[in-house]
Amino acid sequence: MTTQTGIQMRTGIRPISAARRATDRLVRVLVYLAFALAVIPLLSVLWLVVKNGIGRFDIEFLTHSMRNIGARDAGGGAYHAIIGTLEQVLLASLIAVPIGLLTAIYLVEYGEGGRLSRITSFFVDVMTGVPSVVAGLFILAFWILALGMPFSGFAGALALSILMMPVVVRSAEEMLRLVPRELREASYALGVPKWRTIVKVVLPTAFTGIVTGVMLAVARVAGETAPLLLTVFTTDSINDNPFDGPQMGLPLYVFDQAGRPTDTAINRAWTGALTLILIVMLLNLVARLITWWRSPARRR
Amino acid sequence: MAKMIEVAGLDAYYGSHKAIEGISMTIEPRSVTAFIGPSGCGKSTFLRTLNRMHEVIPGARVVGKVRLEDQDLYGADVDPVSVRRTIGMVFQRPNPFPTMSIFDNVAAGLRLNGRYSRSELEGIVEESLKGANLWNEVKDRLNKPGAGLSGGQQQRLCIARAIAVRPQVLLMDEPCSALDPISTLAIEDLIAQLKQDYTIVIVTHNMQQAARVSDKTAFFNLAAQGQPGRLIEMDDTSKIFTNPAEKATEDYITGRFG
Repeated sequence: MTTQTGIQMRTGIRPISAARRATDRLVRVLVYLAFALAVIPLLSVLWLVVKNGIGRFDIEFLTHSMRNIGARDAGGGAYHAIIGTLEQVLLASLIAVPIGLLTAIYLVEYGEGGRLSRITSFFVDVMTGVPSVVAGLFILAFWILALGMPFSGFAGALALSILMMPVVVRSAEEMLRLVPRELREASYALGVPKWRTIVKVVLPTAFTGIVTGVMLAVARVAGETAPLLLTVFTTDSINDNPFDGPQMGLPLYVFDQAGRPTDTAINRAWTGALTLILIVMLLNLVARLITWWRSPARRR
Repeated sequence: MAKMIEVAGLDAYYGSHKAIEGISMTIEPRSVTAFIGPSGCGKSTFLRTLNRMHEVIPGARVVGKVRLEDQDLYGADVDPVSVRRTIGMVFQRPNPFPTMSIFDNVAAGLRLNGRYSRSELEGIVEESLKGANLWNEVKDRLNKPGAGLSGGQQQRLCIARAIAVRPQVLLMDEPCSALDPISTLAIEDLIAQLKQDYTIVIVTHNMQQAARVSDKTAFFNLAAQGQPGRLIEMDDTSKIFTNPAEKATEDYITGRFG
């Protein structure tokens, strides 16, 4: 102890005090606790879904619809709902991703803080806050009631794309802004026009981040129920044409089955939820693979 | 290949701020012209007006004339993209495209501008990398990412990329300020070679470098902070460093200020 104080005297550098050690430990415990609190609901939902859903997760579930399945019958499946969800989400992405990406490119590369870009930015923020039911109601009122179109997977995709668009715009915008100015200037200085610079230099550099953003948007809309209820309606039969007639979607299926009074239906609802989670996870995995395959680190 | 640049009465603005004022000079072909001066005196801004890179910054504009041989680069019907293809640029910080390999980086300017066959590209890439003294170091790993090279190699990669599009003038904005002395030497040797074929303009903070590599030197200064930068004098490098006409130049190169 005497030597320590001796050193302290000479250099003025002090050992870590007991109070600071205690604070460090306390904060550390708090952070871990907060983490645990955040993870508990997530894990418990996952656990419940897997535990209750795994029982009916079989070939029949994945390959059969609910057509001609009586109220008390066992069996039946979600094939029609899986088809519906995949088609609706794919169509919604086909609408929302190009529009969202082009909007982000406009905001970052061409808007330059002008009037139009400020207005666009403001309405993107407004759209982010639109409740999903309202998106569904809008398509119901506009597409189905006013224009007289039928309930269809496409109508659902329109509603979902309204929800996807702002997410895609915001995430793509963030990623494009991360691309350093120097890279754009390097390209301009080679005599490359602005549009080619965006296509060949800016977008590839931001590609990984944009894909992640799109996947988040997809994951968000894949679980939407309310807008689909108003636009896709529901059905127990297989309808693989998303442009005509009611379809099913996995969230709708879960909602529908969970509302029925028999245990077999409740079990189907759990398995539907499990399937939905698996589909979103699979899509994420595919996106990870794409970004890994495209990343420069792979070639190093 | 190399061409002469004439500048007359040039002002450059960032928004309402006038960064440089009333600059006129002649830059000789097949020679190295160095711009020196304290920070903020507008040498980099002026350099960027020479290939219309100044105006890519939002709100930036230029008044005055820059002529390459007989053509006014700021003429109403001149395409800035083709100006930049004719007058290449190397930046302060090496900035290879991170998503591209070494080969693709050098080929970028060609590929992004037109159609070339693979064998044509291979020829030009090899020639450009040799021109930038980088070929021997990278010839076995052309497909590796350009970002994996050292800083000095990256800067030479950027020079190779700039000369691959066969410009007539090469502008260099403090090309060595982020490099160690050995890499700096490599770049300086390269500049001495390149001046056989190109008109070279280099901005530098290093006065020894200006003295070593350049034939002509231009000294820029500003009267006070917030005032626009001006060209104080321009002459043969030996004259500027031994017997400058202006007092301010002498004070600067002898280290009395700046």
